[in-house]
Amino acid sequence: MVPLSFPLPFAELEVGRHLYWQIGGLKIHGQVFLSSWLVIGALLALVVAGTRKLERDPRGAQNLLEFLWEYLRDIAREYIGEKAYRDWLPFIGTLFLFIFVSNWGGALVPWKLIHLPSGELGAPTADINTTIALALLVSLAYFYAGLSRKGFRYFEYYVEPTPIMLPFKIVEDFTKPLSLSFRLFGNILADELVVAVLAFLVPLIVPLPVMFLGLFTSAIQALIFATLAAYYIGEAVHEEAH
Amino acid sequence: MDSITSAASVVAAGLAVGLGSIGPGIGQGTASGGAVEGIARQPEAEGKIRGTLLLSLAFMESLTIYGLVVALVLLFANPFAG
Repeated sequence: MVPLSFPLPFAELEVGRHLYWQIGGLKIHGQVFLSSWLVIGALLALVVAGTRKLERDPRGAQNLLEFLWEYLRDIAREYIGEKAYRDWLPFIGTLFLFIFVSNWGGALVPWKLIHLPSGELGAPTADINTTIALALLVSLAYFYAGLSRKGFRYFEYYVEPTPIMLPFKIVEDFTKPLSLSFRLFGNILADELVVAVLAFLVPLIVPLPVMFLGLFTSAIQALIFATLAAYYIGEAVHEEAH
Repeated sequence: MDSITSAASVVAAGLAVGLGSIGPGIGQGTASGGAVEGIARQPEAEGKIRGTLLLSLAFMESLTIYGLVVALVLLFANPFAG
């Protein structure tokens, strides 16, 4: 691992430099924990504030939360199906909201104002450990969904429509979490790097359009992660109509 | 890191992104062309077409991002740095 840092006038770009916490025999990236706790705290605060006093005519935070709920329900219902989507809506919703708020928080909050002994705060999703954890959760979720709904008949899915598909479907189980995690990690890190390099070359105004593009792509990435998770779960619980 | 390894890593990082963006570039062009054709033929379906287009564009984009991840590994976390 070669820690590398560009000295920039306004922000420093550091790849491979972390705030290490030693817990037992494990070295963990402290800045990821700190920023994800902040994200979780912000989400919890929003949800508690929005549901404290429920009104018949939603206003303010409650209105926003109802809009989000309907949006996520539509995603889950479209990809998982009418029968099973209620069980998985909380999971899909949590994934979407956590990734979305992480991505935007990493881009919009001036983290540089908070000084750490080493490394710097940023989007938790720009660390590959976070995205791999999320992707493995999705893998576990779709296995659990399939097994709990269909029992061992779930494995029929591997030999449908023909047993020739068996090796491909097994390989797919490994490539799904790989592509999910790399896609999210790469997109978020690439956004940060592009903005940092442009800010290094021209510190004023020029990076702004790229920053907006970054906000757009990171929102799309959250949507894609949630959509794909829903799609995989839906594939696992899908009943063949015989 | 000796100079041969670093030179090879830098060249490989450039190739990973450069070659990796050819295919998705062609694919995105084809997809956007198809979407424009669809909108021209059926302007009332624009919203649905746009949503699907954005989602599939992001899928293609992630292929380039895989190349970028390889490039970043070569530049910042080179396993052959020794």
